[in-house]
Amino acid sequence: MSITRAVQPDLRKKRVNWQKVAVILLFAIVPMFLLILFTYIPFIKMIQFSFYNMSYTKNRGFVGLDNYLKVFSKSEYVGAMLLSLYYMAGAVVQLSLALLFASILSLERIRGAGIYKAILFFPFLVNGIAIGYIFKYFYTRGFVLDSVLQAIGIPLEKLPYWLRDQSVNNWSLVFTSVWKYCGQNMVLFIGAIASIDPTLYEAATIDGANRWEQFKAIILPGIKTVFMLNLILSITGSLSAFEPAYVVGSMGANGTATFFIKIHQMAHVSGKVGMACAMAMVLMVLILIFTVLQRLFFRYVMRDSDNTFNAKANQAKALW
Amino acid sequence: MSNTTMAVTSTNTGARVKRGIFKTLEYLALLLACFIALLPIISSFMTSFKTGEEYGTTNAMTPPANWFNFDNYVQVWTEGNMLEAFLTSASVVIVVVAVSVMMGSMLAYVLNRFRFPGNGLIRNLFMIATLIPGIAMQVTNYQIMRDLGFLNSIVGYMILMSGTDVISIYIFLQYFENLDGALDESAVLEGCTYFGVFFKILLPLTKPAIITVAVLKGVGVYNEYYNANLYLQSNTWKTISTALYSFSGPFKSSYNIICAGVLLTLIPSLLVFLIFQKHVYAGLASGSVKG
Repeated sequence: MSITRAVQPDLRKKRVNWQKVAVILLFAIVPMFLLILFTYIPFIKMIQFSFYNMSYTKNRGFVGLDNYLKVFSKSEYVGAMLLSLYYMAGAVVQLSLALLFASILSLERIRGAGIYKAILFFPFLVNGIAIGYIFKYFYTRGFVLDSVLQAIGIPLEKLPYWLRDQSVNNWSLVFTSVWKYCGQNMVLFIGAIASIDPTLYEAATIDGANRWEQFKAIILPGIKTVFMLNLILSITGSLSAFEPAYVVGSMGANGTATFFIKIHQMAHVSGKVGMACAMAMVLMVLILIFTVLQRLFFRYVMRDSDNTFNAKANQAKALW
Repeated sequence: MSNTTMAVTSTNTGARVKRGIFKTLEYLALLLACFIALLPIISSFMTSFKTGEEYGTTNAMTPPANWFNFDNYVQVWTEGNMLEAFLTSASVVIVVVAVSVMMGSMLAYVLNRFRFPGNGLIRNLFMIATLIPGIAMQVTNYQIMRDLGFLNSIVGYMILMSGTDVISIYIFLQYFENLDGALDESAVLEGCTYFGVFFKILLPLTKPAIITVAVLKGVGVYNEYYNANLYLQSNTWKTISTALYSFSGPFKSSYNIICAGVLLTLIPSLLVFLIFQKHVYAGLASGSVKG
């Protein structure tokens, strides 16, 4: 039996070789074609176009680095870039809240934990345009938010116009993003916490460690991977933020136009495709720099992750 | 002796009180978070049952006089052409989900089960694609779609939505890694073709992965609006998102009617979520592992 098994695969290999080639070609060709068509060709074109003064229909010639120089010299674009700082601040709040609720829901005996989880997660599934309407209504003067704030005793005259007043409107938009993505981050954290060995908490509880000590010594090391991943996603997401400003902020009105909104307008409203491509290139390079930096940092922190984790866990067990 | 027992019980009650306060705070935090998560949706829900006059005179947080006033729903359904939009979105979702499931599972099968020159290259090309932010390439994608004659073409939109997906491939790859290779090996020995192995044996076994990909991709495509706005600008093809977007024209200041439309679009997502909750959560986790 074992002999025939050993011999047969060799025979089979020679006989069905062409069938194998056919399967590989047939099964891989369509996804590869689409990947090249919608990712790599646009990518190469984007690099090329960024050096031209052109629209979708006309090409007015090669301009070298002019487009790039404009991106960095006009305060309009630099300002749009700086708007992503609001979204990064929002991302920090979002991740902290997500982690807090994930720990409460997975570590404490909460009655109806599944329902809380579902409610907090649901905003992630709401249609983007619907979010636009819901929050325009939410922020309208004297409507939902103002009514709630008045109910807790803040007079209407003291409240700003949430979407018009430039001192608050970017925060209003950031809030819609936190509202949408917090529950999704929380679900990812809950998944990571669930994969931690439960005997670690038992040992810790028996030895009288308090909640904060448990969190620091067991949970944080255990969810490091997912945490870093969420961080990378939210920071790159902040750099390319557009959804809140696009749907809630009426396409970036009143000083809420993020860099991506500017790219969109440059290409599809002003028709300056070369300029838009240069901006997109800058955005991409920034995102790549952030991703690489974070991966390096991540590798540095995780350089001997398994060992550290086990060592820390054992150390923790020994200490308590 | 009695002193020590006293001390022990008092610390116990102290700890218990502290626990109780802690627990209460946790529930309060959860309730507050859920209130914030639901408030925007609930206010729209209440508004959707108000008559035009009621909407103009009552506060946004006042419940409607009649909870069974479905006039706004009827009006938005007929005047907003929502049936057509739902049908368009449904066909886009069905086609894109079917294509993504087939492409993802086929490519994952080939990459996981065969060693061939280029296997690593294909994996790397998909990996690198995740690093290039798709959003940065919208500008040049538009030109490609135009050159292909895909502006205002539902087929073009479907192809675009099926073509730019890495997560479903990863979900299938992970699934195939955990499927025993001995199974297809023995089927091949018995004379089954590779096509037969894939379609008759492996594909039925990947059902959980198929559901996960279908739900994630389906909800994503149903909610997609940026490309729909860009590529389906004529009135022939309106998805739910673009139909909703155009409401700000005819129903401009009648937010009670718009809210009804908003709530209608939430129903399919809510149903899918309630039925496939576990798959949604699991899919998010497995999609995130590879990042």
